Amino acid sequence: MTATMPAPSPEQPTAQTPEEAQRGRWRQALREITLGGPLIGLIAVVLAMLVGSILIAATDPKVAATAGYFFSRPGDTFGAIWESISGAYTAFFKGAIYNFSRPDFASGIKPFTETLTFATPLIAAGLGVGLTFRAGLFNIGGRGQMLLGSAIGGWIAFAAPLPVGLHPVVVVIVGMAAGAFWAGIAGVLKAYTGAHEVIVTIMLNYVGYYLVFWMLSTPGLLQAPGSNNPKSPPMAETAVFPPLLGDQYNLHVGFLLSIAAVVVVWWILERSSLGFAFRAVGLNPRAAQTAGINTKRITIIAMCMSGALLGLAGVQQVLGTVTTGFSAGIDAGIGFDAITVALLGRSNPWGILAAGVLFGAFKAGGYAMQAAEGVQIDIVTVVQALIVLFLAAPPLIRAMFRLPEPGAKRKAVKA
Amino acid sequence: MKLELRGITKTFGALVANDHIDLTVEPGEIHCLLGENGAGKSTLMNVLYGLLQADSGEILLDDVVQRFKGPGEAMKAGIGMVHQHFMLIPVFTVAENVMLGHEPTRFAGALDLAAARERVREISARFGFDVDPDALVEDLPVGVQQRVEIIKALSRDAKVLVFDEPTAVLTPQETDELMAIMRQLRDAGTAIVFITHKLREVREVADRITVIRLGKVVGEASPTASNEELATLMVGRDVDLLVDREPAKPGAPRLVVDGLTVADHTGQLVVNDISFEVRAGEIIGVAGVQGNGQTELTEALVGLRHVLRGRVHLDGEDITKHKVRAVLDAGVGYIPEDRSADGLVKQFTIAENLMLDRSNGAPFVRFGALQRGTLARFAEATVEEFDIRTPSIAEQAGRLSGGNQQKVVVARELSREIRLLIASQPTRGVDVGSIEFIHKRIVEARDSGVAVLVVSTELEEIQALSDRIIVMYRGRIVGIVPGDASRETLGLMMAGEVPAGAAGEAA
Repeated sequence: MTATMPAPSPEQPTAQTPEEAQRGRWRQALREITLGGPLIGLIAVVLAMLVGSILIAATDPKVAATAGYFFSRPGDTFGAIWESISGAYTAFFKGAIYNFSRPDFASGIKPFTETLTFATPLIAAGLGVGLTFRAGLFNIGGRGQMLLGSAIGGWIAFAAPLPVGLHPVVVVIVGMAAGAFWAGIAGVLKAYTGAHEVIVTIMLNYVGYYLVFWMLSTPGLLQAPGSNNPKSPPMAETAVFPPLLGDQYNLHVGFLLSIAAVVVVWWILERSSLGFAFRAVGLNPRAAQTAGINTKRITIIAMCMSGALLGLAGVQQVLGTVTTGFSAGIDAGIGFDAITVALLGRSNPWGILAAGVLFGAFKAGGYAMQAAEGVQIDIVTVVQALIVLFLAAPPLIRAMFRLPEPGAKRKAVKA
Repeated sequence: MKLELRGITKTFGALVANDHIDLTVEPGEIHCLLGENGAGKSTLMNVLYGLLQADSGEILLDDVVQRFKGPGEAMKAGIGMVHQHFMLIPVFTVAENVMLGHEPTRFAGALDLAAARERVREISARFGFDVDPDALVEDLPVGVQQRVEIIKALSRDAKVLVFDEPTAVLTPQETDELMAIMRQLRDAGTAIVFITHKLREVREVADRITVIRLGKVVGEASPTASNEELATLMVGRDVDLLVDREPAKPGAPRLVVDGLTVADHTGQLVVNDISFEVRAGEIIGVAGVQGNGQTELTEALVGLRHVLRGRVHLDGEDITKHKVRAVLDAGVGYIPEDRSADGLVKQFTIAENLMLDRSNGAPFVRFGALQRGTLARFAEATVEEFDIRTPSIAEQAGRLSGGNQQKVVVARELSREIRLLIASQPTRGVDVGSIEFIHKRIVEARDSGVAVLVVSTELEEIQALSDRIIVMYRGRIVGIVPGDASRETLGLMMAGEVPAGAAGEAA
C-alpha cells in the first residue's frame, strides 16, 4: 500500500430528513452557547462593560446638563462623561477589589473578600447549572432547588441540637440532598416521560417557592416562634460557617466548599467514567445510547448532582451570608444568575470559578458604585444581561436565519 | 442545450473543494461524473444549480455566460436537478408536487390543477412513465417517486438534467429502469449529468466519463474501461476490488433468531416474524432496498428497539430482553449504519471514541476513574493497526474524512473480545481504499471464528462478503440464498418476488 494522502473531504452532510436537520440546528446552537471557547466569554464581558459605560454616562445628570450646551462648550460634556465613567469604575474597583483609600492592607483588601463572599454561592450554583449543560440538559430550576436546600438545611441548622464540628456538615449534606431531590423530580420526569426539564424545573421553582413560603408562615415548621412574619429563627451558633480569615471579614468557610466543588466537578467531568458518559450524552445522545450508555440513568444522575450543588448554594446562603434567619427570598436570584455564570464560564469548572468571582465583584462593586457615585444598581443587572446576550446571540441568530457557521466547512483532515 | 463549466474553483477556507474544473456536456449525451465521496462532485453541482457561488470560473449554456444567484434562476435557464433525497411533499398528489413552486393559476389566483394534471400526463406519455397525476406521493414506490422528480424537472423545460447519486435508494431493477429513462431522455436531446460512485452504472450508461479526485479533474475515461481502471483513476492508486477469502468454515450456530417481530412507533410491523441463524465463522449478508426493516432488525438485535415477539439467542443465552450494555457485554460488536448519528461523538477525540462503548469498566476505567494512560497506549496502537489517518489521537473524530471516521468505529468494535459482529452499512460513504480495508478486516474477523451479520443496500458489498444471503422485503425474509446467488436473483428478491428457479423478467 502506498502512502497516499487521504481525501480531504468537506464535511459530508449525511442522509438527514429536514426535521432532523431542524432539530440538529437548534441543538447545535444550544451546544455552541453553552460550550464555546473562553475567548468569546472574555469578549462578551468587555463588550457588555463598554455598553455599561455608555449607560453610566448617559444616565448621569451632570452629563445630561453639560450636553445641553454641547455645541458651545463640547469639552465640558466630554469632561463630564470621563468623570462619570472613571468615577464609576473607580468606585467599582474600590468596592470590589481593593480600597486604596484605606490606611492598611488588611482593611484595603476587605472589598475583595466581599467579592469572594458574594461569589461563594454563585460558584456552587454555576457549577450545578454548568454540569447539566455538559450532559445536554438545562436546569433552570436553581431557585427552587436552592430554596429547598436552604429550607431543609436551615431547619437542621436552627432546630437540631448537634455538636460544633458536626452540625454544619450535617446541614450541608441534608441541604444538598434536598436540592438533589428537587432536581431529581425533573430528571425522572425527563427520563421516563420525556417531559422537558426546562419547563418542569421552572414550574418546580414556583412549587418550591410557595412550599417554602408556607413552611415559613406555619408555626411549628420553619417560622420563628412568637413571630408572625414568614421568616425562620436565626441559625444555631454551632451550625454557622466559621469565618475564614478572622472576624473582620465576612468571608466564611463556605468559600472553601465552593473551591472543593470546582475541583470535584472538574474531576468528575474530565477524569471519571461518569463524566465521560455525561459528555457523551450531552454531545450525541444517540451515539451514547448505541454505545450502551444508559441515557435515562445519566439524565437522572446529572439532574440530581446539579440539584445537590444548588442545594449547597442554598446552604451557603443560610450558614454564611444571612445567618440571622431566612425568608422565602433567601435565594437572592442566585439560581438565575447561576445560568449566566455557567454560560460565561463555558460550562467548564475553572471557567465557572472565574465567572463566579466576576459576578461576585459585580455585586460587591455595584453597591459601592451606587453608594459613592449614585450609579443605578440596575446598570449592573443590564451588564449581566448583556453578557448573556452577547454570548447567546450569535449562535441563536445563525440558527434562526440558517446562516452557516463561519469557517465551518474548513473542518477537513490534514493527515 | 450545451452546458459548459470553465475553470470552476470553489474553496471553503483552506480546503479547495473544486480546483479549476472544466466540464462540457453536449446535448444528447450522458456525462458521468465519477469520484469518491468528498471528491467535490456535489460542490460542483451545487455551484451549477446556484446553491453555491463559485470563487472563480464561469458557467455557460449554449456559449452564453450565466450568473445564477439561486436555484430559481438555474431552473429558469433550463437546468433541472434530481436530488438524492427527494424534494417531494408526501401528502400532495403527483400533480400538486409537480406544479409546486410555479403553480399555474387562473383568474384571481385560483390554482389550475387541471393544467398541472395535463402536464404530468403529457410528459408521462412522452417517456412512457406510467405515473398517475392524482396518486399521493407517499403511496408511490421509491422508483416512481424518483420519476415524479424527473417529471418535475422536465415540466420546467429542463434541457440539462443533473442526477445526483440517483440509484442509492433503488432496487437493481428500478436502477435498470432509470437507466432506460436516462437513455430515452438523452435520445430526446437532453444533456444529462450523472453523478455516482458506482462503477457498474457508469459503464452501463455513460457516453463520456470525467473522473474527479480531490477537487480536480484527473482524467476522462471511456465507458469501455474496466472497473479496476476506473477505480484506480478515482483513488489514485491500484485498487483490489475483490476481497480474497477462503470458503467459510462455519461452526456451531451462534446467533439464533426465532420469530423476531418489531413494531415502529405507529404500531406498523417493520420486522415481521423473522427467523435465521448465523454460525460461528460465517458471514451472513442481509440484502434489501433501504427501508425494508434491516435497520430495525439490527437495532432490535442489539437492544436498541423493543422486541414485540420472538427470541434472540447468542450461544444459547437468551438476549432478547437485554439492554444495549448487556448485549455488548455478551460479546456483540455493533457497527451502526449511520456513523455520525449513532457511531461517533464527533466532538470527542479519536481516543475517546475508541472507548465509547467500553466506559463501564476495565481496562479503561478503574474505580470510576478514566485510565488515560491505558487509553492513550491503546489508541496509538489501534490507530496504527487500523491505518486511521490522523495527525494525533487527540484529534476530534469529526475532523476526519468519512472513511477514517468509519475506521474508528470498525476499530473500536473489532478490538474488543467479540463473538458476533453486526455490521450495518459498514462502508457507506467511505472511499474505495477504506472499503477494501474494512472488508478485509471483516473477513479476518470471520476467519478467527466470529459470527458476522452484514447489512448492506449495496449488492456489490453483499456479494463480496457473504457466505449466505438473506433478502428482506417489507420486514419479512423473502429467502435465504447461497453467497454466489446471481445479481438478477437477488434483485428480484429485493423487489419481493421469490424467483421460481431461474431469474425472471424485471418487475
